[in-house]
Amino acid sequence: MPVNEDYVGRSFPPVGPYAVDPAMIAAFASAVGATDPVHFDSEAARAAGYRDVIAPPTMAVRFDQLASREYVQDADAGIDYSRVVHGEQRFTHHRPITAGDELTAQTTVDSIRMAGGHAMITVRSEITAGEEPVATTHSTIVVRGGE
Amino acid sequence: MARAFASVSVGEELGPKTMPVGRGTLVDYANASLDQNPIHQDEGFAKSVGLPDVIAHGMWTMGAAATLVSDWAGDAGRVVEFGTRFTAMVVVPLDGAELEVSGVVKSLDEATKRATVELTATAAGQKVLGRCTAVVQLD
Repeated sequence: MPVNEDYVGRSFPPVGPYAVDPAMIAAFASAVGATDPVHFDSEAARAAGYRDVIAPPTMAVRFDQLASREYVQDADAGIDYSRVVHGEQRFTHHRPITAGDELTAQTTVDSIRMAGGHAMITVRSEITAGEEPVATTHSTIVVRGGE
Repeated sequence: MARAFASVSVGEELGPKTMPVGRGTLVDYANASLDQNPIHQDEGFAKSVGLPDVIAHGMWTMGAAATLVSDWAGDAGRVVEFGTRFTAMVVVPLDGAELEVSGVVKSLDEATKRATVELTATAAGQKVLGRCTAVVQLD
């Protein structure tokens, strides 16, 4: 089944809230080789002006992925995940993700472009803590066409 | 302490920084990110789908590259925008691989005290990230 172009502009139900805790942040920071004490030491984080330890900039992808699953796994969206390649990723942080946050994420399909049998899909996820915007992610995935 | 805007000039270089990546790194990243795609952990599976070996998550590479900017900024919370294209795979054989990351300050915005930094990331001599750019809020 080809990628369904009717999904452009569609928003999916928000997912969450997900609790962010210091262990989640420390595990992510260690895995990417980050050593900044603002990820590990709540006193260092407070000295830098934060409420508690903060996430590395790319940890927002964890919540983006949980939200965009609503789209990718939609039976009528026509996305064969075994043919998906990550093409591009962008983050805009309104403020750092912080331990103690309860985050909700909602995905919208911004564009679907067909080119040479492949589909290039850009989705946006808005990550919020209650009414407060925390991060906006833009992901472009490429669904490779059949051979 | 975040870096002072007044101390930064266009053309200033960041790094280079060399980051090791092994199979254990990718298991840790898979658990931390919730991306358990077996192409990043299972050599047999990766080869069965036509890959040369286990490959790193693109998002691991992006996250590792971010540490160069975060450390330069003096506070990881100052990276307000960060984007990249994924242009090549980081192949991770059993004995591991290395990612080399460097950067350069491309522009400065006096009004907002923000710096735009362009990053270059290579593995096995090949560029793996394209148009990798971070915007950093300085003091």
